[in-house]
Amino acid sequence: MSNRLINWFKFASPATFYPLAEKIWRWSTLIAVVLIAVGLYMSFFVAPTDYKQGEGYRIIFVHVPAAWLSMFIYLVMAFWSVVGLVYNTRLSAMMTSALAPTGAIFTFIALWTGAFWGKPMWGTWWVWDARLTSELILLFLYLGFIALQGAIDDTRRADRAGALLVLVGVVNIPIIHYSVKWWNTLHQGASVSVSSGSSMSSIMLWTMLIMALGFWAYSIAMAMARVRCIILERERDTTWVSELPEVRQ
Amino acid sequence: MKARHKRFGFIAAGLVGLGLAAWLVLNALDNNLSYFFSPTEVVENKAPADHVFRLGGLVEGGSLQRGQELTIRFVVSDGANRVNVAYTGILPDLFAEGQGVIAQGRMGEDGVFIADEVLAKHDENYMPPEVAEALDKAHNQATEATN
Repeated sequence: MSNRLINWFKFASPATFYPLAEKIWRWSTLIAVVLIAVGLYMSFFVAPTDYKQGEGYRIIFVHVPAAWLSMFIYLVMAFWSVVGLVYNTRLSAMMTSALAPTGAIFTFIALWTGAFWGKPMWGTWWVWDARLTSELILLFLYLGFIALQGAIDDTRRADRAGALLVLVGVVNIPIIHYSVKWWNTLHQGASVSVSSGSSMSSIMLWTMLIMALGFWAYSIAMAMARVRCIILERERDTTWVSELPEVRQ
Repeated sequence: MKARHKRFGFIAAGLVGLGLAAWLVLNALDNNLSYFFSPTEVVENKAPADHVFRLGGLVEGGSLQRGQELTIRFVVSDGANRVNVAYTGILPDLFAEGQGVIAQGRMGEDGVFIADEVLAKHDENYMPPEVAEALDKAHNQATEATN
């Protein structure tokens, strides 16, 4: 395993990942602040008014990136769960726990901003159509994961139970994504897709992509900050933690 | 076969089984997960005749009639079939001819759908008004040229 270009397994050790996480955290915080500032400025002042919805459509610049992230973070959690269950690595379970609150917040933001948009555009805050309901189930999966992990005192058992819950819930992600295609829903179809391009004007699309990248950087920054805390908490009895400058003083 | 290969096999098999189960459930539920019925489904008697359901489609151009008091009448169409709708109440902002709409109510005996709630359905297009105008103009020119 030592003949590879980069030995990825080196970073599976919390002791080597801890300083790397600090670097990633610093850089991604900076990127997130810049991108979200630019994205919000474009959302409010650069992007033109929509031909039908007027100014109210601007909520999509937060709604759509938040909804993308809510699904993507869950997939990343599922990836770390598989790695954790297969290789029995400690760090992957820590990553799963570190990502969950950010995913839950983005799911909540997607639902909340969606309700704000739905009231003036559709005429209702909430309907039980397939897209909205499956996204609500995603919020319950995030909250269920956090609660389950918190309820089990033994960390190794908590990690495994949490990983199993995440993997069972992963079937929900394609359902959310394809719900607007498979069934008649009140929610509109995707405006942006890999296969058929975009049905938005380009300046609106760019604004949304910049916001999405900003949210990505924010998620990475939050996950790194949180995973550092989890590492310190779980490894507090080891010598490398007691020798850290921030711990010694 | 190492222990970790075995564990990976268990997880993969579990996910495949779970996906299969989900697929079977969703297939069995099929249309019950749809939020509304299209006019074609209504004409083919696939919509429930004796209780409340939702009807979705486009408000046909030129079909909107504002009648006595607050009752309005319009036609919901999906291109192939049309259903007459009567509704008494306040319409959402996006409601217009040619716009997507979802009405909740039941079929009257005269074949008119009596709605007690009307929601506007937005499509996935977002553009500034100038672009929409330009598209309209191009479309009109194209239809004139063919006529």
